[in-house]
Amino acid sequence: MRTTTLSRRTFIKTAAAAGGGLMLSFYPPARGEELLESNDEAFAPNVWIKIGTDGSVTITVARSEMGQGVWTSMSMIVAEELDADWAKVSVVQADAHPKKYGSQSTGGSWSVRGSWQNLRTAGATGREMLKTAAARTWNVDPATCRTGNGYVTHSSGKKLSYGELATTAASVPAPSPINLKDPKDFVLLGKRIPKLDTPSKTHGEAIFGIDVRVPGMVFSSLEKCPVFGGTLAGFDATAAKKVAGVLDVVQIEDSVAVVADSTWAAFKGREALSVRWNDGQWANQTSEQIRKTFSDAATKKGDVIETQGDIESALASAATRVEGIYEVPFVAHATMEPMNCVADVRSDRCEIWAPSQSPQGAQREAARILNLPVESVVVHVTLMGGGFGRRLSADYAADAVRVSKAIGKPVMNVWTREDDMQHDLYRPMTYNVLRGGLDKNGNPIAWHHRIAGPNSRGLVVGGSKPSYSFPNYLVDAHLIDVGVPVGAWRSVGPSQNGWVMESFVDELAHAAKADPFEFRRKLLGNSPRLKRTLEYVAEKAGWGKKLSQGVGRGISCVESFGSTAAQVAEVSVDKNGTLTIHRIVIAVDCGPVVNPDTIEAQLESAVVYALSAALKDEITVERGRVQQSNFDDYRILQIDEMPKVEVHIVPSTEPVGGIGEPGLPPVSPAVCNAIFAATGKRIRKLPIRPADLKT
Amino acid sequence: MASIKLVINGKERTINVPPEMPLLWVLRDVVGLTGTKYGCGSGVCGSCTVHLDGEATRSCVTAVEFAEGKKITTIEGFAANKKHPLLEAWILEDVPQCGYCQPGQIMAAAALLKSKPTPKDSDIDAAMASTLCRCGTYPRIRKAIKRASAASQKDGQARQKSVGQGGAQ
Repeated sequence: MRTTTLSRRTFIKTAAAAGGGLMLSFYPPARGEELLESNDEAFAPNVWIKIGTDGSVTITVARSEMGQGVWTSMSMIVAEELDADWAKVSVVQADAHPKKYGSQSTGGSWSVRGSWQNLRTAGATGREMLKTAAARTWNVDPATCRTGNGYVTHSSGKKLSYGELATTAASVPAPSPINLKDPKDFVLLGKRIPKLDTPSKTHGEAIFGIDVRVPGMVFSSLEKCPVFGGTLAGFDATAAKKVAGVLDVVQIEDSVAVVADSTWAAFKGREALSVRWNDGQWANQTSEQIRKTFSDAATKKGDVIETQGDIESALASAATRVEGIYEVPFVAHATMEPMNCVADVRSDRCEIWAPSQSPQGAQREAARILNLPVESVVVHVTLMGGGFGRRLSADYAADAVRVSKAIGKPVMNVWTREDDMQHDLYRPMTYNVLRGGLDKNGNPIAWHHRIAGPNSRGLVVGGSKPSYSFPNYLVDAHLIDVGVPVGAWRSVGPSQNGWVMESFVDELAHAAKADPFEFRRKLLGNSPRLKRTLEYVAEKAGWGKKLSQGVGRGISCVESFGSTAAQVAEVSVDKNGTLTIHRIVIAVDCGPVVNPDTIEAQLESAVVYALSAALKDEITVERGRVQQSNFDDYRILQIDEMPKVEVHIVPSTEPVGGIGEPGLPPVSPAVCNAIFAATGKRIRKLPIRPADLKT
Repeated sequence: MASIKLVINGKERTINVPPEMPLLWVLRDVVGLTGTKYGCGSGVCGSCTVHLDGEATRSCVTAVEFAEGKKITTIEGFAANKKHPLLEAWILEDVPQCGYCQPGQIMAAAALLKSKPTPKDSDIDAAMASTLCRCGTYPRIRKAIKRASAASQKDGQARQKSVGQGGAQ
């Protein structure tokens, strides 16, 4: 094995693979020195590529695949620079290993943008080493060789495959500096490449968390206190133990686990349990009370989040003042695959199979519970039936670890859909007071956004800094514990603040008697990327062109997760209040385009996820319990409700941005602004109900 | 407990389970066919869709005794023929995202195409509306169904033509 320093703090290790071939491991600058001193021969840092003697290219992906296409997109970036034959590329999902991979948390639309440079550098390093190996074999100048599609070709026409060269390449020095390709020479990036996991998912062969089976495994399911924060007072398992298939009933902290020979028997056993709870301090909590707590708080000044100038004097001098109260409900993730995890706890180690967005989080949590060193906990990452932020938490992995520890067997712990709905980490409910001021020419001179929400700052206030050039603005917040657990929900802060802010900007535009597109455009001088994206969507959607009678058009734009997105929605509302969304046009600037097909899929996905929250159901609390339980009372968008979506990718030389989340925040404001254009009704509370729209 | 004889993907097998156990859990936890997915347990999401005698059926609310004597087809059985036009169309449209609901979507779509080989959009809406996808693969599901339909029609015509020619010779 040899180590090369590429730049002051960037390292690459190259080695011969077992049985021949080339192994390349490239690791992040932040951890480079520490790893260089490591004696762990097995370590393989965050970009890890193996080129086999058969020409196969195996890329270890350290982020989790949850439908956003990272297996494919991250591999495409490596393969592009490597000049690999795409047909020979395959993926291995990395187990949890902080030393090898650095952060493996899959969130914040971070996978591609966070490793774009490393993936390219690693691929380019491999390419140059293979080229050097060929030049040495032929005894020619490497400059007379070129690479492409898994071959090195000499100017004379002779060629060698990467498979033939891989073992030789392992003994040549890694190049320094590394020359990355000019984007105009890209052959894979920017092309529609089918996802690597599509065939197995189509044929029913893909293994999700819930599909894992290990020898000796039993099934379990936990009865948890329905009231947030409640504790176990006692239980009687006599009847549960008589249910066919039930093997055991054990107390797990403040829950009761039924262990059985099938998932169904575990569920049936739970129904037969008799459990007494201490409901705790939130026993009488209700959505109405939470709303009152927030609205009362919002009458007072909050903690300053963002500020510039002096809004009070600007408002006092304003020719026109506009006010609005915007309310966002709690919403659930409702991933199609309910929470589940397999754990096999032994006296000195633990093995976990988890559909997780944060395998290292699960690893740390298991180590903490079992009082084991982190290195003694192995976490295998499976495919997962949706993540959307829910699987960043380790709560469901902890359940499996505790049950396995208690019964001394490997166990698959499964949450019912009802558990999943009622013990989620919800997107926060928030109460927003907006005040704006316009001068006599209709220019906005003051923007005040006061937010009251649960005590999780980032989730509540994220994305609340205006992108527009308001000379005076203030964002202040009250963060109050109301007993309901909250968590990252796709697009996080911007997912709700985008709706609030883009709706209220629309109110200001109408108060100024200005065109909502032109009004925004003029205010985006300090956000040129967002401005270009807004202009692009207006052009593609035919902003300003005549619409059919009764159809209204709305526009919105939000910058989040390193990308900019703008949308135009066209809607109509009938006299019963039935909303029809005729089309949604989206423009996105995510910098370099990896896979346009994935970008389109992610933006269609963002529309469905956003509209489900805007048009369908909310999570409500009564007596400290979530009232919704399944897809019949927490409905999600169906195929017959799917609007036509048109995606336009803005040609861009901007830095690489995310794509899993940036498309979501502009969806509901574009629709609500279109509703206003069509009906004159301003939606200030989600979800939208037909009664709100009835004429 | 009862001894129940099932025909799953053309293979006969006898299992010993409570007769009211849902077919979904028999398939997943007893027989070991995990392609059929658990989503809601109450027949409202469609992730567990299988065919009973060719009809799309929600296995999470179907007692296993009800499936006795019927031909059970799961995604594993349906996908035994990877050249099926619906599966090929699904791959060409690159439909799946997370992939979890996809076996149910495919089984529902296959039943639709069997009863309506050239479905209109309204037929697709009616047949697929209650099969939920949280990732939003809906536009591609629609495209894949139409592509599969078109491919089958083309195949059918080609077959008919060759049969016709054969008859003339």
